[in-house]
Amino acid sequence: MRQVIIIGSGPSGYTAAIYAARANLQPLLIASSVEAGGELMNTTDVENFPGFPEGIQGPELMTQMQQQAERFGTEVVYDDVTSLDLSGDIKTVTLGSGETHEALSVIFATGSAYRKLGVEGEEKLSGHGVSWCATCDGFFFREKTIAVVGGGDSAMEEATFLTRFASKVYVIHRKDSLRASKIMQERAFNDPKIEFIWNSEVTAINGESALAGVSLRDTATGEASELALDGLFIAIGNDPRTHLIHGQLDLTSEGTIAVAGRSSKTSQTGVFAAGDVIDPSYRQAITAAGSGCVAALDAEHYLASLPADLAAAAAGEPATASV
Amino acid sequence: MTARAVTEATFEAEVLNNEKTVLVDFWAEWCGPCRAVSPILDQIATEHSEKLDIVKVNVDENPQLAMKYQITSIPAMKVYQGGEVVKTVIGAKPKPALEADLAAYLA
Repeated sequence: MRQVIIIGSGPSGYTAAIYAARANLQPLLIASSVEAGGELMNTTDVENFPGFPEGIQGPELMTQMQQQAERFGTEVVYDDVTSLDLSGDIKTVTLGSGETHEALSVIFATGSAYRKLGVEGEEKLSGHGVSWCATCDGFFFREKTIAVVGGGDSAMEEATFLTRFASKVYVIHRKDSLRASKIMQERAFNDPKIEFIWNSEVTAINGESALAGVSLRDTATGEASELALDGLFIAIGNDPRTHLIHGQLDLTSEGTIAVAGRSSKTSQTGVFAAGDVIDPSYRQAITAAGSGCVAALDAEHYLASLPADLAAAAAGEPATASV
Repeated sequence: MTARAVTEATFEAEVLNNEKTVLVDFWAEWCGPCRAVSPILDQIATEHSEKLDIVKVNVDENPQLAMKYQITSIPAMKVYQGGEVVKTVIGAKPKPALEADLAAYLA
């Protein structure tokens, strides 16, 4: 049995792992099989993470966080959690391989998943012109006309990145102003290849075997229009990834995991949550990292408060536990 | 077993004229999800080597193949039988999900 299992391998998961490992808790971190490293793995330049004055590539930052966690004894497993039992003093975590792990505490840091538009044609044309990953798929739209849907930082970053390939990038946004940071907005406004389509929402994604375009509706006048496109990148935000803990942990009205005050304590004793999965507002790499730190400190405090017989049960495995 | 690389020069012989069913993994260095799914495909290739041949096409080095097969999103995994595409799976998925998608070609 483990002292702590961390589920998730983004900035919050790895920061929790660094702190837990340095507290000699020998954490097991379940990184996921194909999404290890989290959202930053699909990001290019990270310019707002302190300590990197020239910026750093997202995947490079995540590799370094992982190395830092491993240096202090974190064990990383590339598998997916398929089910969890968080009730009771001993928590069980079952993986895709069928393996089961037990621990006295769990830190849940599963982040968030891309939000879908939920319109006709989206499923069918996903991967056939409709994409959620500009860094993966931008390459295929050289000299093409594409659009990005969304008004936040990630939408601006994608639009700006996609101008490397596309001849024209429309940004479709429901409102008449952006919530993106000023620096990202200005970069997009100053780019001659980017054109904004304000006050417009996508009502359908059109095409048979490949994307042909989108149907738009003016949010002010209700007027409908069509826009021909070769590619459509959707960047309208994220939803917290909570499907594994439904019915086991309380959620907020926003769908994030509910935590007590400024702590990481969930409604279940011994279960802590960190990062985007508890954060409806900020969702930055640095806030997630800070949140992971809080969770590890809370878990450490909880483990120290456990009765001696329980703590001893976890100290037996892995056998390398040092005094 | 690491999937071998196929190029525009060898695609016809290795994929289209292959007597076995072939899965072609269209990928690129700069695609994170491609790097994540690659070891999973290697495992599937090892476990089902008698049924399925798994090869890789680097889209950076072989843009004509990417264009011909209308790749717009990677990783794109296309299954070929008798020179025809019979199945397309797009995006990195965990091994059980990928095996479910490919079940008809693994059994």
